[in-house]
Amino acid sequence: MTNAAAQKDVAPQNEPQHIGKPMTKGRYLRTQMKRTWPGYVMITPFLIMFIAFTVVPVVLSIILSFTSFNMLEFPEFKGLENYVQLFLADDLFITAFSNTMLFAVTTGPASFILAFIVAWFINELSPRVRAFITIIFYAPSISATAYTVFGVFFQGDIYGYVNGWLLKMGMINEPIVFFKNTKYIVPLCIVVALWTSLGTSFLSNIAGLQGVDRSLYEAGAIDGIKNRWQEAWYITLPQMRPILLFGAVMSITRAFGFGAIVNVLCGNPSTDYVAWTLEHHLQEYMSVRFEYGYASAISVVLFFLMMAANLLVQKFLSKVGE
Amino acid sequence: MATKRLRIRNHRVVLNRSKGGDLGITIFLLILGVFMFIPLWYLIITALKPLGERNMTPPLLYVIKPTMQNFIDLFTNMNSTWVPITRYLFNTVIISVAATFGCLVLGSLTAYALSKIKFPGRVAIFTMIRYSLMISSTITAITNFFIFVWLGWLNTYWISIVPVWASTLGLYLMKQFIDSSVSDEMIEAARIDGASELRIYWQIVMPLVKPAWLTLLVTTFQNVWNSGASSYVWSEQLKTFNSAISTISTVSVGAGSAGSVVMMSVPIIFFIVNQAKIVETMGSSGMKD
Repeated sequence: MTNAAAQKDVAPQNEPQHIGKPMTKGRYLRTQMKRTWPGYVMITPFLIMFIAFTVVPVVLSIILSFTSFNMLEFPEFKGLENYVQLFLADDLFITAFSNTMLFAVTTGPASFILAFIVAWFINELSPRVRAFITIIFYAPSISATAYTVFGVFFQGDIYGYVNGWLLKMGMINEPIVFFKNTKYIVPLCIVVALWTSLGTSFLSNIAGLQGVDRSLYEAGAIDGIKNRWQEAWYITLPQMRPILLFGAVMSITRAFGFGAIVNVLCGNPSTDYVAWTLEHHLQEYMSVRFEYGYASAISVVLFFLMMAANLLVQKFLSKVGE
Repeated sequence: MATKRLRIRNHRVVLNRSKGGDLGITIFLLILGVFMFIPLWYLIITALKPLGERNMTPPLLYVIKPTMQNFIDLFTNMNSTWVPITRYLFNTVIISVAATFGCLVLGSLTAYALSKIKFPGRVAIFTMIRYSLMISSTITAITNFFIFVWLGWLNTYWISIVPVWASTLGLYLMKQFIDSSVSDEMIEAARIDGASELRIYWQIVMPLVKPAWLTLLVTTFQNVWNSGASSYVWSEQLKTFNSAISTISTVSVGAGSAGSVVMMSVPIIFFIVNQAKIVETMGSSGMKD
């Protein structure tokens, strides 16, 4: 080995070209970027997809929501007119908005709490039993269109299971058309939505509970924790905080998208629009009326609803156990 | 001071567990479990019932004479229609496999780079990915439609495949898992030994984080497999199994139920096989604020 090569080996590898020059922040950044160039190459394919299908759509929706656009002519700037119309002149939007909120505030917290409680209850069972129960509770959320079975279950004629039994027991005289009756549509859809909603947050809770340090429970027992509820509140929940934050995101995101369930079970639109959600309203203006500016305004409202719900809940959860 | 009697379960001292609480929890789980299981059970037995049993009032919650006739109907009668049922199944498989494979390649590369290559800007990018978990695809639907029109992708497979490559849940889980289970020192040692980043990714990290990429594979596959019919695909030959089932259900409840059972069994079996690995990955899914 030559003398020069040996010396190069000794020199710090980060900044061989800049030895002796003062290290400014900009130069440090540049050398760092030069040194880690493979990182940029590796994320580029994903980043292009992500920007094209997520970042640009969000930004463009916000821009288009201030315009009137039908894809044939250049968008025409209208200021806040779309939003004014949405909130002041569009009765159906108000229905959609309140239904979406109703679905979200019922199924969201319910599924989040259920996902934790069930995971917590089965945590101490033997691994085999736990795995079995996990499948029972998780299967509905990955079983595609299996929820259509509720349509058969609550079928509107005498061949439906629920109607058949109610008739046989003499509780009703004629079959109830469950998914066309405005009294039953929303509660039934919420039940079906709940059935499919345990999902990812359930799995992450199971894993998170397994990861809680056992010795903490022993220490807690010595320090005077008297029952499992106190143990959960003072030890388990604070230990689980990061997992709970993740689970909340999963539950909330799910809680805002139950349009498909309504479509399949009640038809589109549902009787008297009782289960009309923002998703339906958006689809209507996008695929039927081709008013993309107005549709964008709806999607912006939905975007801010989801973000606000998530950030609020994150803020709230980060105080758990403090 | 009163001493508590210690209870032992699985060779372990059980602390703070009352018998009454155990009983209450068991009852609660049983009721909830029945509620979760009955619909799936009802679907399965409906698919196994012969016509006569399906039309009983009220329908039974068990089958007297189980038959495979509904499945045979599904794959023979429905195969003689102008678009055979196997074609729908083929479409679903093609779309799921292509979408999942692309997501795996892009997602794992990105997860490795974000986790182990300390390039400037990585924190900002990961924050964006984390926020993207908070919104649903409904929000991006309009502009995605413009992009599809612009690229001339309407009525093709691409519409169901490419957007999945930008999905972030699997990537997020994988990045968190690499963070917690692969040490920086090991990667640094490989770098000093002269391994390229691509080689470290492929030969060191990927074998170490098998649970994570299996999870990415399974969750992405589930999502694509279960996703409903795209409204921008109108050729009957390109539609998915999912959309075919809803049409079939209106014609024949038996064949429709059989189709639903076929449809749901694939993701469930995938999950059962990989359950331990998926739960292991979820262990590091936590979000730090």
